[in-house]
Amino acid sequence: MEDLALDALPAEGLDVSDPSIFAQNLQGPIFERLRREDPVHYCSKSPYGPYWSVTRYKDIIEVDSNHGAFSSAGATSLDEVRAKGVSADATPIGGFLSMDPPGHGAQRKIVTPALAPSNLVKFQDLIRERTRGVLGTLPIGEEFDWAKTVSVELTMLMLATLLGFPSEGRLRLKRWSDIIAGVPGDGVVESWEQRDQELKEMARTFLMLRDERRAQEPASDLLSIMAHSPEGQALSDMEFASNVSILIVGGNDTTRNSMSATVMSFHENPGEWAKLKANPAMIDSAVSEIIRCHTPIMSQGRRATQDYELGGKTIRKGDKVMMWYISGNRDETAIRDADRFIIDRQNPRHHLSFGFGIHRCLGNRLADMQLRILLEEILAQGWSRIEVTQPPQFAQSSSVRGVRSLPVRIHP
Amino acid sequence: MPKVTYIEASGAEHFVDAPTGLSAMEVAIDNSIPGIDGDCGGQAACATCHVFVDEAWSEEVGGPSAHEAQMLELAEGAQQNSRLACQINFRSDWDGLVLRMPAAQF
Repeated sequence: MEDLALDALPAEGLDVSDPSIFAQNLQGPIFERLRREDPVHYCSKSPYGPYWSVTRYKDIIEVDSNHGAFSSAGATSLDEVRAKGVSADATPIGGFLSMDPPGHGAQRKIVTPALAPSNLVKFQDLIRERTRGVLGTLPIGEEFDWAKTVSVELTMLMLATLLGFPSEGRLRLKRWSDIIAGVPGDGVVESWEQRDQELKEMARTFLMLRDERRAQEPASDLLSIMAHSPEGQALSDMEFASNVSILIVGGNDTTRNSMSATVMSFHENPGEWAKLKANPAMIDSAVSEIIRCHTPIMSQGRRATQDYELGGKTIRKGDKVMMWYISGNRDETAIRDADRFIIDRQNPRHHLSFGFGIHRCLGNRLADMQLRILLEEILAQGWSRIEVTQPPQFAQSSSVRGVRSLPVRIHP
Repeated sequence: MPKVTYIEASGAEHFVDAPTGLSAMEVAIDNSIPGIDGDCGGQAACATCHVFVDEAWSEEVGGPSAHEAQMLELAEGAQQNSRLACQINFRSDWDGLVLRMPAAQF
């Protein structure tokens, strides 16, 4: 793959849709070359059909904030089978993320209050207590998998609480998240049919929980809010399940992988770890820098609703357009020393990881809060460092930058 | 140069010189005023520089554009006098302008 990136651009265009690029963590030099030589790049042939790659910071913001010219309807992932499924009765995924106004706004507003800063404050102590609990039981001086023991556990506990999902069944949320984000051959999904079956099981489970909530008094968890609000009640069963799917992925893959990225980033940059230990006031900007450098959601797709000039190219009405946030976050023309991890950089919040415009990440404040508390509590443990002992395993996906395993050893 | 006051949700006041031609978001960031994030760098694409324009000034400053209003719908606690600071460009005769910030940006 590395050789391909260094070769001349093939006539039909360089194809970055291959998920194995990301599983091998080879995307860096490929996107660097696209940004330099052909920042708005057409690939005429891929397993998912032709598509454009938008790789520069400014161009990505332009596409992302123009929902009139670039529609999200059913087009947010490269592989559209992933969103729609293979059969007519498949459970769709994506919810309001794959919708345009006015439907988008109406459905987004159902869940917005639960994720607003004023509501999140209520979860702060609980998150801290759990984080401290999980960190306090970690083995010192022995190798273990940080991704599984810390990242998955903390994220699942929080997501179960926020959704109002039974805590003891929280690992099912992780399974569904992997299934929703997955494609056949990625190690989790074996076939589209098997994936559909598991999505149906997810839908059934949540519809049952919704009915239970309807019989109860309204509460502040998301399932209760969706069960009781008039707008939530207006959702069909399929719309409801579809919106649950986006909350599961949004609340899971993102924070889980950022928690692993936290350890990876500081392992690779011991100088930055020393800086943070000497000055914990840098935690907030460190959190933004981790999210920028890792870019847990690497890409989002759109479909052009009109001909559109971008970066000297003409995108045609109906064309598929992929925004590569992971590339924009490395754009030297927008971010100085973009390839380096610098926890006290100027304007650390200027990154693309949450997207822009009406689809901007709804959970961004929850993510900031969870990661801030994680860093605060890691510092409070007084460990000298967390060493990554073997190379991390990345997920086979062009959408979610998943860290499947992260073997580490904590040094006292 | 007009003098502008930013007031945090806590009540903390910040008096600054506002060079004309700069936006209220840029001036806040340049002066390290807490409570304005400006994540998108001024494209009206994120709603993290939400401010309330003081009543006495709301007519002078004016209302949001259609695009801006759409982003303000994503902001928590938006009101009639809400604007995105990145879309407010200071004018030389706006001496004494007062902008208030919400408890948190969303």
